[in-house]
Amino acid sequence: MSWAMTAGPATSRRKAWSALWLGLGALYFFLPLLATFLFSLRARKGVLSFVAYAHVFSDPEFVRTFSFSLERSLATIVAGLALMIPTAIWVNLRLPRARPVIEVFALMPFVIPPIVLVFGLIRMYSRPPLALVTSPALLVAGYVVLSFPYIFRAVDAGLRAIDLRVLTEAAQSLGARWETTLFHVVLPNIRFSLLSAAFLTFSIVVGELTLAVMLAWPAFGPYMALVGRDLAYEPAALAVISFLLTWGSLVVLQLVSRGARGQGTTVGGVH
Amino acid sequence: MTVTGVQGGEGARAARLSLRGVLGRWLGVVPFLLFAAAFMVLPAATLLVGSFQDARGGFTLVNLVHVLRPNILRSYLLTIEVSLVTAVGGGIFGFLLAWAVTLGGMPKAIRGFLVTFSGVASNFAGVPLAFAFIATLGRVGLVTTLLKSLFGINLYDSGFNLYSFWGLSFTYLYFQLPLMVLIITPALDGMKREWREASENLGARASQYWRHVALPILLPSLLSSVILLFGNAFGAYATAYALTGGFINLVPIQIGAQIRGDVLHDPNLGYALALGMVIVMTLTILGYAALQRRASRFSRA
Repeated sequence: MSWAMTAGPATSRRKAWSALWLGLGALYFFLPLLATFLFSLRARKGVLSFVAYAHVFSDPEFVRTFSFSLERSLATIVAGLALMIPTAIWVNLRLPRARPVIEVFALMPFVIPPIVLVFGLIRMYSRPPLALVTSPALLVAGYVVLSFPYIFRAVDAGLRAIDLRVLTEAAQSLGARWETTLFHVVLPNIRFSLLSAAFLTFSIVVGELTLAVMLAWPAFGPYMALVGRDLAYEPAALAVISFLLTWGSLVVLQLVSRGARGQGTTVGGVH
Repeated sequence: MTVTGVQGGEGARAARLSLRGVLGRWLGVVPFLLFAAAFMVLPAATLLVGSFQDARGGFTLVNLVHVLRPNILRSYLLTIEVSLVTAVGGGIFGFLLAWAVTLGGMPKAIRGFLVTFSGVASNFAGVPLAFAFIATLGRVGLVTTLLKSLFGINLYDSGFNLYSFWGLSFTYLYFQLPLMVLIITPALDGMKREWREASENLGARASQYWRHVALPILLPSLLSSVILLFGNAFGAYATAYALTGGFINLVPIQIGAQIRGDVLHDPNLGYALALGMVIVMTLTILGYAALQRRASRFSRA
């Protein structure tokens, strides 16, 4: 009786507050994006133009550093997945007892900031017999460490969501060898988790600054920092480009995985 | 060999078998553990060792004493201040946003958008983020100039400076807020409608419901999230570097300067600085984990 009367005003008051907070949030989040975009268009005095973007794209250093970082991020994704998939499968299938240990190691990069990590890597690998500091492999190894938490969580969540034990036992009882089970049964079933791990890793690595600058690699992050030191409008253009890159790759990911979930729900609806 | 044979071949074989069994069972996680050891644990451990060594490798505590130098102590204080302000600020506002889309009765689509956007924005840190805020609130930034020409407000005359404490904190919020949204949304989802209805039926006002029911339940989640945000800001290097050009006295910036040998080249002091960071971060994560365990009490019930 009384709740029917109070629910109305209480709900509308809740909605009003929600709208207020969301409005403030939208202001905080979109104003800088809008301002950056408009700022990037003002390279030519008096008119709005895409001159700053033209400058960025025609700079050979942009192409060189971006493709360098693109290659490193692909290498990181491949190496990270190659390392994490077997580990996560093992933890889910053979050795659940190891889960706490693996989780601690996989989440440790949250405790060791990149600046500390790279400092340790430099100290450890700058002297023979382990003089790896000048090798691009060390940069990728550092990136794999940075992406540990993201890759492990994504792959592990994917494996937990499927019935891994039943799937693998079914495949094996049908005579599949382990490669067949892995590549034709397990991995296709967690492909969206793998994609999400890949995109997250990409968005972290492609503009990464700390490791690249300290190990002195001509990567995209240091290039952007350099441009920011010397120029005014091009950095804004770079910020817009990298936001679109991050946004674009994550939106693609959302769309792809929503398509998959959509299939699932239609099947569920039919039943 | 023979000794064990005398004592009983059965037991020795069982021991050997189980050793092989243990190795076999752990085989699949060994590559990961080796990799983690080689490129994460051991490098960090060498810093630990290095912070207790002098330039020639002898044992010393002098680096730890040097950490107490006024300007280094100041850099720790400033880093802690920035992290604290952005963790609490981002925590409160992120909570309000997450509340709005979970319990606030907003349409589902807004929630989906906010969560997706938060996923992007929490990764939109580093150099591009610094550029965005320079273009917005820098000396010739769009908002700065608009405020001046439209309202006659000169931000930089009234004490605001993007390249110092408050400007940096305001910039950090851009990745702190979305992170809070991402980690607190599940906790708010766990708030059962029955709890609110029960307290309403017992005659509680909304404020009483929050003070006596919702906040006590949410408190561990809230605190652990804020701690995580603290750690997130504490280790940040790229944003501060790109925003201030390295001219702000934060610990990560100091460590960077030590690595590059820009200042007095004293790597061992750098190790001690890094050690201090790892200690702070470890405490942070331990606090986070302890509170998370408390928080999961209610979700299991």
